[in-house]
Amino acid sequence: MVTTTIGEIVLGDREVFPPYLYAEYRSTILRAPGLPLISVPLTLSETTGPGPAYSAVTTISADDADLTMNAGTGGEAIGQRIIVTGRVLDEHGRPVPDTLLEVWQANAAGRYLHKKDSWPGPLDPNFLGIGRCLTNTDGVYRFLSVQPGAYPWGNHPNAWRPAHIHFSLFGQSQRSRLVTQMYFPGDPLHALDPILTAVPEAARPRLIATYDHSVTEPEWALGYRFDIVLRGPAATPFEPQREHGS
Amino acid sequence: MTTVRTPGLTSSQTAGPFFGPALVRDDMLQHVLVTSETQGQRIRVEGRVYDGEGVPVADAMVEIWQANAFGRYHHPDDDRDAPLDPEFTGFGRSGTDTEGRFWFETIRPGPVPFDHARSQAPHISVTIFARGLLNHLFTRVYFADEPANENDPILHQVPPERRGTLLATHSDDGPTAVYRFDIILQGPGETVFFNY
Repeated sequence: MVTTTIGEIVLGDREVFPPYLYAEYRSTILRAPGLPLISVPLTLSETTGPGPAYSAVTTISADDADLTMNAGTGGEAIGQRIIVTGRVLDEHGRPVPDTLLEVWQANAAGRYLHKKDSWPGPLDPNFLGIGRCLTNTDGVYRFLSVQPGAYPWGNHPNAWRPAHIHFSLFGQSQRSRLVTQMYFPGDPLHALDPILTAVPEAARPRLIATYDHSVTEPEWALGYRFDIVLRGPAATPFEPQREHGS
Repeated sequence: MTTVRTPGLTSSQTAGPFFGPALVRDDMLQHVLVTSETQGQRIRVEGRVYDGEGVPVADAMVEIWQANAFGRYHHPDDDRDAPLDPEFTGFGRSGTDTEGRFWFETIRPGPVPFDHARSQAPHISVTIFARGLLNHLFTRVYFADEPANENDPILHQVPPERRGTLLATHSDDGPTAVYRFDIILQGPGETVFFNY
């Protein structure tokens, strides 16, 4: 019988992924599963996934990767222009080509265009804060945006989220599905943020982009590099799993 | 098993409360996986997401992934002989409303292989994201009226008293069969979640 205490329930590699229950992040308390996850062998249902088919049918225009202009107002978003680029790799270091990335973020004042975000940071009529793009054949993605602001949240007294950009990726299989957040280097709020500190310490730096002067474009925008490494693919989906039989 | 990991994996973070405009767009194909040409028996899968106090989770996102009516996945790694259906990718995505409700209109999938000798009962893979979920959750929808469940190798890994949480119940007869599948994140009746 496997026994697991609630705080130790994690997905996959516990050196990398946060626990489901991390009490300092209060929303986990009633949403983390209380029973251990059940480990199952990989089948075709897990070694496949929507990534290839959905990425292929999703209509993407160049505007989708330009968050400074894609509100469609003809006006440009206010804020420090940034270029965010990087490679999407599998866990063996191979590029993941033609895969969909969806991103969303607060505006330069730290405000989301969302009806439930009501703190008094100003909205920017020229900024939606949403974008998407596909990786190229080398697994490289790139989008243009503005530096998001930090913002307060009600998790604990004087709680502020460090500036971040949300990423959602499919990769090749169900195992490679990932939703994560990219942070900016040198932010003093990192150590105070329970969403980031829920991640095992050794894996935290991988969520922080690096400033890359070779990405920075003169007279235009600052460049950041953020590589993403997805789980999978698995080697042998059809291996017999007799040892797990009932 | 030894896995050599060249680069370090990127960790997971919560989707937070503000993903809606980016991920749950007004694109009906995310709820409706079928066209009039899609092959297979039409079904509607619907349910609600609840937290550990039984409160509906209004800011979750539920994604599904399934084989077509012939049991074939629309994926390059599924190169079996079963036909592909050009009118079906098998991916769906739904937000939850203020009462925690999500829904999909799809088809009942065919059986897919487990290994060379055995097949799996028809099922739909489900992934759940929400504020407060630092990692997403994986579960599966099985159909309570499906005789093949009895020999399903994955269901057999689940303690018998918890298998019911994976069974969608047939709640309505009409042109489209309705299957009810609630997701309980925590507490009594907690849904079985998988690690793989």
